Amino acid sequence: MTLTATQAKPAPALLPRAGGVRGALSDLFWRRPKLLLLLMLLPPVLWLGIVYVGSLLALLLQSFFSIDEFSGLINRQFTLKTYGDLLQAANLDIILRTVTMAALVTLASAIIAFPIAYYAARYARGRWKALFYLGVMLPLWSSYLVKIYAWKLILAKEGILTWLLAKLHLLWLLDGWLSLPIVGGNSLSVSSTGTFIVFVYVWLPFMILPVQAALERVPGNLVEASSDLGASPGQTFRNVLFPLALPGIVAGSIFTFSLTLGDYIIPQIIGTSRLFIGQAVYSQQGTAGNIPLAAAFTVVPIVIMGFYLWGAKRMGAFDAL
Amino acid sequence: MTSAVSFQKVSRHFGSVRAVDMVDLDIVSGEFFAMLGPSGSGKTTCLRLIAGFEQPTSGSISIFGERAEGVPPYRRNVNTVFQDYALFPHLNVLDNVAYGLMVKGVGKPERQKAAEEALSLVRLPGYGARRPGQLSGGQRQRVALARALVNQPKVLLLDEPLGALDLKLRENMQEELKSLQKALGITFVFVTHDQGEALSMADRVAVFNDGKVMQIGTPEDIYQRPKTRFVADFVGSSNVLPPEFVQRYSGQHRWASLRPESIRIGRAAKGDGVAARLVSTNYLGATTRLALDADGLRLHAIVPAGATLPKEGEAVVLTFNREHLHLMDEPA
Repeated sequence: MTLTATQAKPAPALLPRAGGVRGALSDLFWRRPKLLLLLMLLPPVLWLGIVYVGSLLALLLQSFFSIDEFSGLINRQFTLKTYGDLLQAANLDIILRTVTMAALVTLASAIIAFPIAYYAARYARGRWKALFYLGVMLPLWSSYLVKIYAWKLILAKEGILTWLLAKLHLLWLLDGWLSLPIVGGNSLSVSSTGTFIVFVYVWLPFMILPVQAALERVPGNLVEASSDLGASPGQTFRNVLFPLALPGIVAGSIFTFSLTLGDYIIPQIIGTSRLFIGQAVYSQQGTAGNIPLAAAFTVVPIVIMGFYLWGAKRMGAFDAL
Repeated sequence: MTSAVSFQKVSRHFGSVRAVDMVDLDIVSGEFFAMLGPSGSGKTTCLRLIAGFEQPTSGSISIFGERAEGVPPYRRNVNTVFQDYALFPHLNVLDNVAYGLMVKGVGKPERQKAAEEALSLVRLPGYGARRPGQLSGGQRQRVALARALVNQPKVLLLDEPLGALDLKLRENMQEELKSLQKALGITFVFVTHDQGEALSMADRVAVFNDGKVMQIGTPEDIYQRPKTRFVADFVGSSNVLPPEFVQRYSGQHRWASLRPESIRIGRAAKGDGVAARLVSTNYLGATTRLALDADGLRLHAIVPAGATLPKEGEAVVLTFNREHLHLMDEPA
């Protein structure tokens, strides 16, 4: 028998340590698992701690300085004057416009993302699931700028969208919309509507993926149980699916909301000449040379996101995690 | 007798798989009905057909005389206790139990009172504020039961509800379910692959195999008088005897079943009977199960604990009362 053949030379009960540094290290890490954890976490923690949190603190510090109006030099003395400047009508206008846009983009992304995520989580299998991931991720692999300029062409007066609507005899609808104040303009590519469409397009994958992940974790029999207990599909959505998908929607909305709050490229290429926070920061730290005001502007989205997360937590968005 | 659920030639096919194949069933109002079978035998699909999660490919289903095809689950006064309970993780126990009343528009104080009562019924009073995640398996099972019962369903469906519980808890729950059913008078339809569970709890049992109903009857019918080899083998592992063997003892060329407890073991030297050899003994506590080899035919016998047993490999003689030999319908 082969078993007895291998036992001809009796094997020791305990094996000797593997030779060299590797053997010694393996045994050391096995005995002290926390040491390995420390070694693994040290680089990212240093990176986050120094580069990320450090620069945030530097930013915060800058926002409490002010600029000397005559010399243009930064006065390194603690003051709240720069924050006071934020409250000027023109600056408040920028903040309000950006926050409104971010909220609308988030809402629209959530509404568009949910059915797609639901399909992917509930029905798509095998090849269709792969196609879903490809379809959602593919836009993320191409350059952000290329996508935005492509949209500029699509939305332009001579663009494909106008052409398509003309073919469908729906041009009156577009013209009617563009003649409205605030959302309208000469063409979609120079209107707030255009900015909104492109924001939604660019950030949509960041909403779809977390919602899909959240829905994937909802066991299918909860939907059946709800239906079994007499809930119509609408009631099942309100009482079971939506609350359980909420952490995913909140996670997604953190992306869509904060990315819209901070973006300065999309509104610069597509939309009106009215500024968004990102553009204000860009121009204040660049051409205007007002670093304190730029820093104060940057603090605005951070504070807004802080309140947003606090509100989401209070709403119980993270309870089902 | 009113029929609670009635299947007429019901089939449910998934592609080429016939999960349920021409099933006829009549579940009487107020009875405890068990659907027993190995996994993949179609019993769970039958349950899902009653609940409305599946629609029959052909045939008709009526619930208390009303045709149920095309009626969605939320319009059936039938509730299910799911195998893994399917409690809503984002709601506390009370809201879970009150869910059915909530979606029907019952006011908050009223539905919470009803939910509290349902929780007392399953002996979990005061557990309302907890989350399902904080409960043990047995407690979750009771919550699932309360959540279904609070709706006062016409039929309660239970899909292997005791499968995930340990033995002691399972035995307790079996008794409790049985007395609950008696007290409430609701028709219970119970799916299980555990023959002991089906026999001990149900008024009637349907044995499923390959999408078909093999036999419907009282537990005693099924146990003592199996109609086919499958039922004999699956329900309590009867000895299935081939026609040649049966002919020697009953004169009839038919398949027959013989309960393991009907076989007596004797020493080789004395008495006439079936010569056999003891292959192995299996100690089961109250009884001992013997595997025997009678000239190539594998037989099992069960003897009470404490009986003096021959050694493994020894020759023995098997005797049995010929009345215990049950001839089956199965063609020879």
